[in-house]
Amino acid sequence: MAGYILRRLLQAIPVLLGTTFLIYFMVFAMPGDPIAGLFGEKTPPPALLEQLRERYHLDQPFIVQYFLFLGGIFRGDFGVSFSGQPVTEILAQTFPVTLRLAILAVFFELVAGITIGLIAGIRKGGIFDASALVISLILISVPIFVIAFVAQYVFGVELGWFRTTVGAGAPWKDLLMPALVLATISFAQISRLTRSSVIETSSQDFVRTAASKGLSRRRIVPVHILRNSLIPVVTYLAVDFGVLMVGATVTEGIFNVPGVGRTLYQAILRGEGPTVVSFVTIMVLIYIVINLVVDLLYAVLDPRIRYAK
Amino acid sequence: MRIKRIGVAAVALAAASALTLAGCSSDSPAPSAGGDTGAIITTNGTEPQNPLIPTNTNEVGGGKIIDQIFAGLIYYDADGKPINDVAESIESEDNQHFTIKIKPDLEFTNGDPVDAASFVDAWNYGAALDNAHLSSYFFEDIEGFSWDENVEEMSGLEVVDDTTFTVALKQPTADFALRLGYSAFYPLPASAWDDIEAFGQNPIGNGPYMLDGEGAWKHNEKISLVVNPDYDGGRKAANGGLDIIFYASQEASYSDLEGGNLDVVDEIPSSAVESYEDTFGERAVNQASALFQSFTVPDRLAHFAGEEGKLRRAAISMAIDREEITEVIFGGTRTPASDFTSPIIAGWTDELEGEEVLEFNPEEAKKLWAEADAISPWEGSFQIAYNADGDHQDWVDAVSNQLKNNLGIEASGVPSPTFKEVRETITNRTIQTAFRSGWQADYPGLFNYLGPLYGTNAGSNDGDYSNPEVDKLLKEGQSTSDADEQNAKFQAAQEILLKDLPAIPLWYQNVNGAWSEQVENVEYGWNSVPLYFQVTKAE
Repeated sequence: MAGYILRRLLQAIPVLLGTTFLIYFMVFAMPGDPIAGLFGEKTPPPALLEQLRERYHLDQPFIVQYFLFLGGIFRGDFGVSFSGQPVTEILAQTFPVTLRLAILAVFFELVAGITIGLIAGIRKGGIFDASALVISLILISVPIFVIAFVAQYVFGVELGWFRTTVGAGAPWKDLLMPALVLATISFAQISRLTRSSVIETSSQDFVRTAASKGLSRRRIVPVHILRNSLIPVVTYLAVDFGVLMVGATVTEGIFNVPGVGRTLYQAILRGEGPTVVSFVTIMVLIYIVINLVVDLLYAVLDPRIRYAK
Repeated sequence: MRIKRIGVAAVALAAASALTLAGCSSDSPAPSAGGDTGAIITTNGTEPQNPLIPTNTNEVGGGKIIDQIFAGLIYYDADGKPINDVAESIESEDNQHFTIKIKPDLEFTNGDPVDAASFVDAWNYGAALDNAHLSSYFFEDIEGFSWDENVEEMSGLEVVDDTTFTVALKQPTADFALRLGYSAFYPLPASAWDDIEAFGQNPIGNGPYMLDGEGAWKHNEKISLVVNPDYDGGRKAANGGLDIIFYASQEASYSDLEGGNLDVVDEIPSSAVESYEDTFGERAVNQASALFQSFTVPDRLAHFAGEEGKLRRAAISMAIDREEITEVIFGGTRTPASDFTSPIIAGWTDELEGEEVLEFNPEEAKKLWAEADAISPWEGSFQIAYNADGDHQDWVDAVSNQLKNNLGIEASGVPSPTFKEVRETITNRTIQTAFRSGWQADYPGLFNYLGPLYGTNAGSNDGDYSNPEVDKLLKEGQSTSDADEQNAKFQAAQEILLKDLPAIPLWYQNVNGAWSEQVENVEYGWNSVPLYFQVTKAE
């Protein structure tokens, strides 16, 4: 097991180098001069332009800039944003917020998705199953920003149940609504995954055996059916994390959540290369770790995988 | 010029306009009551792009904060009229040499004195090439300023005594005194020089407000300002402080206003432009602002030089129905332009000779276009470049369609993904089409709309327009002290511009804002920013 973990961690190094290079290249190759954009309609004097380019190393060839950046990272220096704040500080500020948002969202989608999927699967073809199908289809097909705006208007402005946007410090209760919205992306996927998996598991020999031994439904459903149906759901969670990150950019913008997604988007708009690359690097790192954790969980859930190594 | 940052809203906008959410019923204005002078007012803002140093802040997000925590020599009232703030007097006999006296015994919030040196040092620092401050060009006219080498101390600035300093300019510049209310000219306390970087994160000023302690600037979230008890100028706060919340999108701040989490906003998302005046009734504002919008047609484009170009520009201008576009596309939040400046600036008039070229007249347009064709037949397509990350596509398409219909030529918009991309091609002159342009003045004077944009070789003359007559009139205007005579010169310059049309004036942008029932006395300044100091909370 330890060797397996180590191998997975070592694999992360080339992945990290590769992604930072690609991201850096993409930011660099983005058309337009971020310095020329700093002046609005005013055309900056050439001497001033030159000074500023030099300051941000924009006068150097791409590869030099990349290695300057990489060297900084090894020294733990992720650079400074245009507004003079160290990127590490921005990271420390925004990641916990997004993490809390993601935890809430995952919690909602797991609870709702698995419960509904399980009931639908057990009562396959019934009214509950049919309505769950319709609801999940709607949620899958409606873009998240539409859901977000409707939720914000109905529950925030009209009914006043939640704050319309997230207040300073992003308290948990303010994050509820954005998390619920964010959860809708994957809730439908999880409920449908669970449903089909439950149906498949229900027809397996061991379930029939359990039933013929005289075990109660109360025992068979959670222990025999649910546990074995969760394997595909858990693997999906790893992919889901990436989906959540994308969704968070939109949701955080609409609910003004001071998290990673919103900050990253603004950094891209302003062409703040170091901020963008550092953020993405950390995201990739987290993505790798989560995938690792999921793979390990997988082994816990299904002993056959553990022993096959 | 101060830059307005676009919000995150690219996706959000599309969504919001797709959703037609009914506006809620209009509320009656709150009854007048004695305001609570201790209450904190909340308002919308954006994360400052740069550290909060006046000479390095040239965008709206940071500018809004800087203007609250600093007091300059003068400030502008709601109509843009200059009023002395720190200055006791600003005098000049020749418009080139100024003697500035400041009020005695003023202090920054840390106790440092506000003296002549606090201005001179701050200006010298902001102007020095090595520091590369974004607003350094404001000091261009001062004697000793240079773009070629680093100048630590400009020869044109001299401290006479604690409360007096003199400014010598390179040439007569009558509106120099009017500029002094812009943030680039604010003073800095002596303690700023200990560690200017730390200062940029926790600035110390002398204005109506000050930061609510160290770390009051919570990056990406908000900045908390409280009243500076020592400030005694004309902007004394009638409330207890100001929380400026940073928003990524206009939709979010508008939702907060609707949801009662925010007191005053000065931005309305395009999705709510049609409905906000019904929603907020008396508590909504929609009035012309200092923002002029146009598109520039450089001489260097084929068929746009000389007499032929003049005819074609006039034809294009007359083929555009500005009334219709401002109504249909902008829901009445733009005002059709009748000159190159803005109606809120002193000296503006809608009676310039030749302004009929800005009126919709398709027959005349066709005729002029045909006359130009007689000089050299038109070929190809007329294109207008714009940045797709702003709200421009709709009007560019509308203008293109009107050109197609009324002139019978091919016309279209050329979107670039980002603002900085368009600016790059404009700055290095590689752009080969007409392009969107606009100008928001830094100070409320006619010259600011004309000199930097249409003077030969001027800083922002992106179309490389040059007309000796215009140059002469601008210079004459800057040499005379008499305000009426000055404005007459600038108007005469505009009458030439109306013939040459280096840029096709389109409309003036309005300031769109609204406020909640909890606040009163909301008024928007000449630069579209609410006059926060006079807002009171009814509680």
